[in-house]
Amino acid sequence: MEIIKGIPLTSYILLCSILFSIGAIGVLYRRNALVIFMCIELMLNSSNLLLVAFSRYFSDTNAQVFVFFIMAVAAAEVSVGLAILMMVYRNTKTTDIDALNKLKF
Amino acid sequence: MNEIIIVAGLGILTLLAEIFNFKKLLMPVIIAGLGATLLISILELQGSISNSAMDANVLSMLDFDRFAKCFVILLTVIALFWVLINYNYFLDESSRADHLALILFAMVGGYCMVSYSNFVMLFLGIEILSIPMYVLAGSKKNSLRSNEAALKYFLMGSFATGVFLFGITLIYGTMGSFYVYDVRAKTTATEFALTPMFTVGVVMLISALSFKVSSAPFHFWAPDVYSGAPTSVTSFMATFVKTSAIAAFIRLFYTALPFVPDNFSRIFVVLIVSSLFIGNIIAVFQTNAKRLMAYSSISHVGFMLIAILFFTQATGVKALYFYAAAYSITTLAAFMVIKIVAEQSEGNDNISAFNGLVKRNPLLAGTLTIAMLSMAGIPPLSGFFAKYNMLFIALSQGYFWLVILAILASLVGVYYYFKIVIAIFTGVSVSTSSIQISFAQKIILIILTLLIIGMGLNGWVFEMI
Repeated sequence: MEIIKGIPLTSYILLCSILFSIGAIGVLYRRNALVIFMCIELMLNSSNLLLVAFSRYFSDTNAQVFVFFIMAVAAAEVSVGLAILMMVYRNTKTTDIDALNKLKF
Repeated sequence: MNEIIIVAGLGILTLLAEIFNFKKLLMPVIIAGLGATLLISILELQGSISNSAMDANVLSMLDFDRFAKCFVILLTVIALFWVLINYNYFLDESSRADHLALILFAMVGGYCMVSYSNFVMLFLGIEILSIPMYVLAGSKKNSLRSNEAALKYFLMGSFATGVFLFGITLIYGTMGSFYVYDVRAKTTATEFALTPMFTVGVVMLISALSFKVSSAPFHFWAPDVYSGAPTSVTSFMATFVKTSAIAAFIRLFYTALPFVPDNFSRIFVVLIVSSLFIGNIIAVFQTNAKRLMAYSSISHVGFMLIAILFFTQATGVKALYFYAAAYSITTLAAFMVIKIVAEQSEGNDNISAFNGLVKRNPLLAGTLTIAMLSMAGIPPLSGFFAKYNMLFIALSQGYFWLVILAILASLVGVYYYFKIVIAIFTGVSVSTSSIQISFAQKIILIILTLLIIGMGLNGWVFEMI
């Protein structure tokens, strides 16, 4: 615990920004829908980590409650997303998002 | 608050109806329930019913002030019309009760988005609205287009959610509170200075909300999702979802961050001008009616964002409210006609499907013509007054060049709206059989047409909020 208290807030902000960027770049760069899901989870979890860090810094428990809300919403979102992906897989037999090109300009 | 309780209750009732098999009674109950919601929200606005313990800032999460009450009324009207128009959407599908329940739960999300007083509720509202929409966009399970729309909407929507959440986190990190009035008190204090972290947070929040209202340059999902999703769902996304998202957008500045539109006006100008031009110019090249409506909705968002830039003006929120109402009613009417015509021509929703519509059914042709003229901004119709109010505010603030750009963009718009009108009147139809519509559909079409004509001539919608 003592070691964790010794870490300055800036380090948390930096870590979470890096995690968020990795997630965002992954969403933009990867072509597999499952990997994109995981990158989105990474983005949400970087916010969770940062919220807990801020919560400790401000001694305000609101943010920690919000983290639980985010976890619940993320779980709902992923369950919907996986269902959609299953539906797409049944029709196209692939999880590559480049296969989805029926809707075009 | 009562509206949220009633509509959530209706949603649960709908799920129970599936289990206990009283689906036949369901639609009348839902329509009566939504009617009751509308009645209660109107009475609450007038002050006849006051539930002060519930309405004034529930646990500092939801604040039902006049703004929220007015938007709740508008959203309920849209939802009620939507259910009446798409009555048969729930009769055709095998699992109609689930779809109806998802729509009702999405409505709860919309209500939260127009009445939040805490960033937590804004986030939850957006998610409660979006997650059912992801499912509904893919509700035609065997259609590859519908699948693609759902997956695209889901991936891009969750990406926007991630950005939005990080924005909230950064704002919390500088302000130490999620409560919008605390944030407002801190940002309006004299010793307040913009920190980089706060700026990044605000920009992330603006980008994510621009995504949700599908304003350019965050519009890429809209045309694909609008054309791939079933027409009924598209009309819900184009009206209800868009209205609640734009209301949430302006409420953010109205309550929490009043200084932002002034300090970040360049961002808003880019959003407005690019939405107006990208929406209108790309719409010219569309041959699919639903895609055309998607690009047209992007250009309308450009107009609505003008109100956000000048929301501090006394008429800013009023103009937005009127624009949202006029746009939603017009879009509902247009999509109703598109849906009926597409069903007649085996799901073909290209503009060519409207060729010679006036000979096949004059009422449908008349409604679609009035709707298109209103969207183009032809004077006696509500669309003209909606645009006029927006441009008047911009002009009174000295943004002369913005007014010129907006007028140029909507002149381009006149071209593609008239493309549909010309197809209706002069096109040669492949099938000459007349389109039969039920008596109830005729009544709804006439009511919508009268609303499109009447709303602009009578100022009560403008003065309501």
